[in-house]
Amino acid sequence: MSEQPFPVAAAKALRDTQLRHNLGEATRTIRARRAELVAERSDWEALREAGRRIRDEALGRLDVHLEALERSVTNAAGVVHWARDGEEANRIIAGVLHQHGATEVIKVKSITTDEIALNAYLEREGIRAWETDLAEMVLQLAGERSSHFLVPAIHLNRAEIRDVFARAFDLPDLSDDPEELTAAARRVLRERFLTVPFAISGANFAVAETGTVAVLESEGNGRMCTTLSRVLITVMGIEKVLPRFSDLGVMLQLLPRSSTGERQNPYTSLWTGTAAPDGPNEFHLVLLDAGRTAVLADRIGRQALRCIRCSACLNVCPVYERTGGHAYQSVYPGPIGAILTPQLARLEAGRSLPWASTLCGACYEVCPVKIDIPSVLVHMRGRVVREAGVARSERWAMSALARVFSSRRRYEAAQRALRLGRAPLRVGGTASVLPGPLRAWTSARDLPEIPDQTFREWWRSR
Amino acid sequence: MALFITCFNDTLFPRTGQAVVRVLERLGHQVEFPFEQTCCGQMHANSGYQLEAVPLVRRFVRVFASYEAIVCPSGSCAAMVAEQYPRLAELAGDPALTAEVDTLRGRVHEFASFLTGVLGAEDVGAYFPNRVTYHPTCHSLRSLRLDEAPLRLLGAVRGIDLVELPAARECCGFGGTFAVKNPDVSTAMLADKVEHVLGTRAEVCAALDNSCLMHIGGALSRLRSGVRTMHLAEILASS
Repeated sequence: MSEQPFPVAAAKALRDTQLRHNLGEATRTIRARRAELVAERSDWEALREAGRRIRDEALGRLDVHLEALERSVTNAAGVVHWARDGEEANRIIAGVLHQHGATEVIKVKSITTDEIALNAYLEREGIRAWETDLAEMVLQLAGERSSHFLVPAIHLNRAEIRDVFARAFDLPDLSDDPEELTAAARRVLRERFLTVPFAISGANFAVAETGTVAVLESEGNGRMCTTLSRVLITVMGIEKVLPRFSDLGVMLQLLPRSSTGERQNPYTSLWTGTAAPDGPNEFHLVLLDAGRTAVLADRIGRQALRCIRCSACLNVCPVYERTGGHAYQSVYPGPIGAILTPQLARLEAGRSLPWASTLCGACYEVCPVKIDIPSVLVHMRGRVVREAGVARSERWAMSALARVFSSRRRYEAAQRALRLGRAPLRVGGTASVLPGPLRAWTSARDLPEIPDQTFREWWRSR
Repeated sequence: MALFITCFNDTLFPRTGQAVVRVLERLGHQVEFPFEQTCCGQMHANSGYQLEAVPLVRRFVRVFASYEAIVCPSGSCAAMVAEQYPRLAELAGDPALTAEVDTLRGRVHEFASFLTGVLGAEDVGAYFPNRVTYHPTCHSLRSLRLDEAPLRLLGAVRGIDLVELPAARECCGFGGTFAVKNPDVSTAMLADKVEHVLGTRAEVCAALDNSCLMHIGGALSRLRSGVRTMHLAEILASS
């Protein structure tokens, strides 16, 4: 997934002043809203714990719950497909659409379909996929990638969106008034909802007990797609399953508060198979593995699969706030992306991501299902070092330091050597330039004075 | 009780260790310093070299096992023992080490939490007539949950003009090797932290970790801002 190391991509993003401004404004606003709504729940910690338990229960016996889900959906006249990877899922989806002679399909916002690059696949198969979520539509028209789970076009402001719409819809007089922008999109979208009878969605959850699929959204486009279409195809990662219908009670309280900072999102669509004459008369559920089973085998890393894609960790992350999502070069950006990407894809592809964090722990503090992201980051750093390999110079330096720290004699000798080496570093009383990789430190910071006496020397002399 | 100075303070910030000793002795306690101590292994563990950190865990356990209380003037290193030692012992696949870590880690205290939580002290007899702002470092705040304790200690200092730091809970961007591996993001975070510190018009920015303070202070110094950084212990030792 990642083409450039994170620090390189991040450095580029940091120079974009418009991006910095947009991200700062947007994340600060959502953070404040979330904090306010969480504070009004005195039982928030208990709710988080319930969320964690439910997700762990689902993952702990994933095979059993998935087979139950398959039975429930089948009993409700739905069709269940199993896809080993993205390629297989794309083939299945295109197959269903070809069967009906579809040349167009409307889509509910779905990160999973981004993960498997479904739109590009369908394009090659001669099927045009239309995004109907406003932000996704903007990105599709602009030819850009999402940079946030919840607010995919968070990196754009309304003036930039105005330019995209003015070009795409040939409306040179369009203003950047949000209402006018929405109205322009609505005219195009209404037409598509009413004329394209094929729809694709992702799933926030699917209940094993009943076969019910849940999609949460804000704009009503999802409701349009899932009710007006004749054929509905839902693709979901296998980890999204919930054991019981009542589990939704917990999740529907955790997700909107953590995500949009709302008590309840405007539209929650729940459907169970088909229910002719209402709604689609054909329903397909594609269950996607694409590396998830392998993640499940990692005792520490597997908690990343609890994720319900709320994006609270993105909004509080001081790194994400400054770099935006594109620097992560993955459909899963931010802190959760930094632990999911290298696990779902090859370790090598996301190898710089576990280091894209100061381990400040703000993400863990807000996670509604208590994913200990800092611990998984540290664990993934270890896996990259052990399994993917690192620069020989780094490995050498770390072994040398380990040797120094393993002996009092060597440690004290190193302290003396450091003091001897301080003289040439001093420029006008403060050390201002360091050699080699440590130059990154002195690019923006002075070094402290290296004292004449270590603590232990002082202790000995007192 | 033993002082776990941390390799970082031992080598670069001996004044902090001296301040800890002064405060504890002023409160009537006797402190010991085991010379065999070196590094807790945090840098190795957090950089992906967990296996290399294991011998340092063994060393720490051996050096400090016989003490009733181990006091450490670093939120980050104290959190390392509390949070990561059990995992490293498990990684080593050594049940004996796990047992030793379990009996030891509850006795390792960050300095400020030792004062308020164990000794029940708040006013330690300090006098520091300066305008001070306090930055809660991430590990002291989120791993050790030291929210109020340091502020209560500072609030009891005579002559102090304690002023709240805006967006205090936001990370300064240090993050150990992060500052070197992701220098641009680190600097961007640092720029905002420094802006908030300067906005308070404080003369001193205090914290429980000299590592973060070296990072913040390095920028304050580069800007010739006239604001200095001090470990909380050094303020409490002033009289």
